[in-house]
Amino acid sequence: MNEQVREIGTQIKVTINGEEYTARRGSTVLEICEDNGIPIPTLCAHDDLKPAGICRICVVDINGGWNLETACTWEVHDPDTVITTHSPRIRRARRAILELLLAEHCGECYTCIRGGNCELEDLAEIYGVRDLRFEREDPRFEPDTSSVSIYRDMDKCIQCRRCVRACDELQAVGALGVFGRGPESRVDTFEGMSFDEAVCTNCGQCVAHCPTGALQEIDHTRAVWAAIEDPEKHVVVQTAPAIRAAIGEEFGLPPGTSVTGRMTTALRDLGFDRVFDTNFAADLTILEEGTELLLRLQAALVEGKDVKLPQITSCSPGWIKYIELFYPDLVDHLSTCKSPQQMFGALMKSFYAEEQGIDPEKMVTVSLMPCTAKKFEAQRPEMADSGHQDVDYVLTTREMAQMIKEAGIPFTQLKDSQYDEPFGDASGAALIFGATGGVMEAALRTAYEIVTGREVPFENLNITATRGFEGFKTGSIVLEDVLDEWSFLEGVELKFGIAHGLANAHEVMERLRRGEMDDVHFIEIMACPGGCLGGGGQPIPTTDVIRQARANAIYSEDEGLPIRKSHENPHVNYLYEHYLTDGPCGHRSHELLHTEYTPRGFRLKK
Amino acid sequence: MGAQMVLGPYTPGAAIDAALKMKRSDVVVTVRESGLRGRGGAGFPTGTKWMLAAAATGDEKYVVCNADEGEPGTFKDRVLLSDHADLVFDGMAVCAYAIGARKGFVYLRGEYRYLLADLEATLERMREENRLGKSIAGKDGFDFDIEIRLGSGAYVCGEESALIESLEGRRGEPRIRPPFPVSAGYLGRPTAVNNVETFALASRIMEKGAEWFSEIGTDESAGYKLFSVSGDCENPGVYELPMGTSINELLTTVGAEDAVAVQVGGASGEMVTRDAFNRRLAFEDVATGGSVIVFGPERNLLDVLENFMDFFTDESCGQCTPCRLGIRRLLNGVRDLKKGALSADDLKMLRGLSKSVAISSKCGLGQSCDTPFASILDAHLKGVAQ
Ligand SMILES: Cc1cc2nc3c(=O)[nH]c(=O)nc-3n(C[C@H](O)[C@H](O)[C@H](O)COP(=O)(O)O)c2cc1C
Ligand code: SF4
Ligand code: SF4
Ligand code: SF4
Repeated sequence: MNEQVREIGTQIKVTINGEEYTARRGSTVLEICEDNGIPIPTLCAHDDLKPAGICRICVVDINGGWNLETACTWEVHDPDTVITTHSPRIRRARRAILELLLAEHCGECYTCIRGGNCELEDLAEIYGVRDLRFEREDPRFEPDTSSVSIYRDMDKCIQCRRCVRACDELQAVGALGVFGRGPESRVDTFEGMSFDEAVCTNCGQCVAHCPTGALQEIDHTRAVWAAIEDPEKHVVVQTAPAIRAAIGEEFGLPPGTSVTGRMTTALRDLGFDRVFDTNFAADLTILEEGTELLLRLQAALVEGKDVKLPQITSCSPGWIKYIELFYPDLVDHLSTCKSPQQMFGALMKSFYAEEQGIDPEKMVTVSLMPCTAKKFEAQRPEMADSGHQDVDYVLTTREMAQMIKEAGIPFTQLKDSQYDEPFGDASGAALIFGATGGVMEAALRTAYEIVTGREVPFENLNITATRGFEGFKTGSIVLEDVLDEWSFLEGVELKFGIAHGLANAHEVMERLRRGEMDDVHFIEIMACPGGCLGGGGQPIPTTDVIRQARANAIYSEDEGLPIRKSHENPHVNYLYEHYLTDGPCGHRSHELLHTEYTPRGFRLKK
Repeated sequence: MGAQMVLGPYTPGAAIDAALKMKRSDVVVTVRESGLRGRGGAGFPTGTKWMLAAAATGDEKYVVCNADEGEPGTFKDRVLLSDHADLVFDGMAVCAYAIGARKGFVYLRGEYRYLLADLEATLERMREENRLGKSIAGKDGFDFDIEIRLGSGAYVCGEESALIESLEGRRGEPRIRPPFPVSAGYLGRPTAVNNVETFALASRIMEKGAEWFSEIGTDESAGYKLFSVSGDCENPGVYELPMGTSINELLTTVGAEDAVAVQVGGASGEMVTRDAFNRRLAFEDVATGGSVIVFGPERNLLDVLENFMDFFTDESCGQCTPCRLGIRRLLNGVRDLKKGALSADDLKMLRGLSKSVAISSKCGLGQSCDTPFASILDAHLKGVAQ
């Protein structure tokens, strides 16, 4: 180890505002202040992103230099560093920065989706800004409503570039950039395209990282209110696994509070006719996707056919659009399974409508998702296998929370209730879909048992190799003493990989292209960091600490559930006995539950 | 014009030959002892920069010649490159030898494209003469070559870290510093960025020795300096004068006896009025990268200030809030003042804003806005000109 590396991490003493503190050498002034409860205002800083030092609001005095330095970028290496975080010139500089931003910020907080949860508004409050010394600027932009997922109102943009950096650093998409110089500079898509034309995956990480209301989801609440309030309509809602571990945050509960029972009560109180659990469809996905994998393995190992391996999961619509855009020639690696949302949607207006004797025309299917890309997925033209648009509206966690608040439902005080039949209990395996690695763990619990007749050989069914937030994890499980019909898998070491966040997906796909994934059988990819629990539609803020808390909630709820394996979900088995009678990956299921992809590719305009 | 020490005759290769007679570390010591400070404006000691770059670890190191010359009123680098390119390129080779670099770039101001063919020809000749290429001047293991890149036309690209971003093919925006280019520059590797004139002087120091240089000028500002003089004077042009020359002396030399104010250091520099013309052109007094603009009694200094603030507003790269949005407010203020529509309170507020912008901006562009703003405003209020 060289000198510098060894030194980073040692403890040093620094002086802040005249007091001595101990800090880890190499940490930033901002980190040290946060650890010690010293308030520093920030706007362009975000725990998920590399420091940029551009908004300049966090300026502090280092060793009494003539100018100020940004706390977010200044690493403390020198043990004698003397830091001042408040002084007249610091206050004046910060206030100038804030007022300059506010003077060109066009928008009224009370009509803004981020009103009450806006970092700019918070600072205006802290600094007691009552009037501005600078004349207000006129709006420069038209709102961009072209995307089916994301709404842009750049007159609210403060150019912190968190969206640009999220799209770049976390998602490796690079849909956004900075154009123009000086006061003309702006955050925009490449070549100034509208958002729907831009090379964008609709993942919503830009929205989730925006400190203001400049980026938001396309609103579906108005349409859902209309449906709920229409007595002619039978309105059903399905809720994704990652919501229950996060929506409580919108009501002031600490991250990681599981609120499944209160959420179902709230949705019923809101007026949904049925409240279903997407987890049912997640269990279904496991049976379909697990079977598909075994069939691919059989085709490859026994029949010597040229099938694409590794098989890659297809539950995450941001990931799907990413591969369609960036790796159009590799879409055959994708499982043909629809996502749980879309499997559920297809069954809703077919199986469910038939069983209940409801006219599908009179049904409105809503899904509550942690995701903005789900809004895109729902309106893909092929997602209409029931003969109707399978999923009509998609609400993000944030939108749903707003509706609950608007209705005046005392969320935190609600009594627990159950999901409605016939899709009531789902397995814990389905629940963990909400975390990165969850699909893999669920699939292994089922596939291993199908092949060997025994449970996965891990304590409490918890497959720890699939858990945690490492960007790309790999693991394997050896199939031994298999059942006769799977004899071709005897002794096979089933290799799997798990990636989350599209920047990691990019790495995986580059390695796959180089042939470095040839020995891997199955890969799970989720578009968002942490998986769905860190989705672009989740409560803001989302950081690693918050993701971990949500993951803990999901895993502990799984442990407490009576059913832990997808193939033991009685409703799924009922469905195969009575409706999809030719079994997983059979003809019926192919019609309703599987899909195909659009190798989009992209060409930049020139 | 002036001393003709830097701009005088030069035998191509002399600096390299002199340097190669020394150990690498002694080249650095010589430059340190000469007292040479960077001629791009900031005046950082060149020997120290080279010492840091030499000591930094990196599988490759780079030498970059900053020929972006974007500061309004300066054209001395253009003169050096058109008439004394050998001196500049030899200085780059000396630096490469000293720090252990094998590759150099000249970042040439876009408007100087017309010099490109001649400069390329000079490089080609140097390659033929083995002053570039492998085992330069017969020195085993000393390989170095130079590539010329055209700048993107933005003033801020002259800021060394923005220049490096631009070299790497990105939008030219200043980086977070530290780390400085000497430890993490081009492609994250140790990089010595110096001004054109700095390299030319390094060559002269190799040729004539550290003492020759350090004896000229002042204690803190050694040697000769090139000044680009423009504005209301009889003989505008590039002058070579010792550091520490007073503004009075310079004005006499250029024929500007009736000057009421001079802007030293371009748009980012300081305005000095007649009552202070005994001040010296040196890092410790009125610092300059070389631009001196002379104003006679007929000038409206608010026009000058408006011009500079307009320049800054447009040239801000836009990444930091205070620079992006603050300088435009200063510009608007100057315009209001010209119309007589600025209250004393507003003026006071703007002076405060200007200080805030300067202390809170990321790079030298935003950081220097208060120098012209405050000094030109003061000059105007003193009523020295129209
Ligand atoms: C906005 C801005 C523009 C600059 N433009 C130039 C330039 O055109 N030429 C130059 O040599 N230095 C320029 N500099 C200074 C460089 O950042 C850097 O200090 C210099 O190239 C170092 O060389 P030196 O030590 O030889 O002066 C500029 C700095 C700033 C902040
Ligand atoms: S939705 Fe995702 S891909 Fe699209 S701009 Fe935002 S972060 Fe980038
Ligand atoms: S859109 Fe939001 S995240 Fe992006 S730069 Fe503007 S304020 Fe920052
Ligand atoms: S001070 Fe101005 S030019 Fe320099 S980095 Fe900031 S915005 Fe860009």
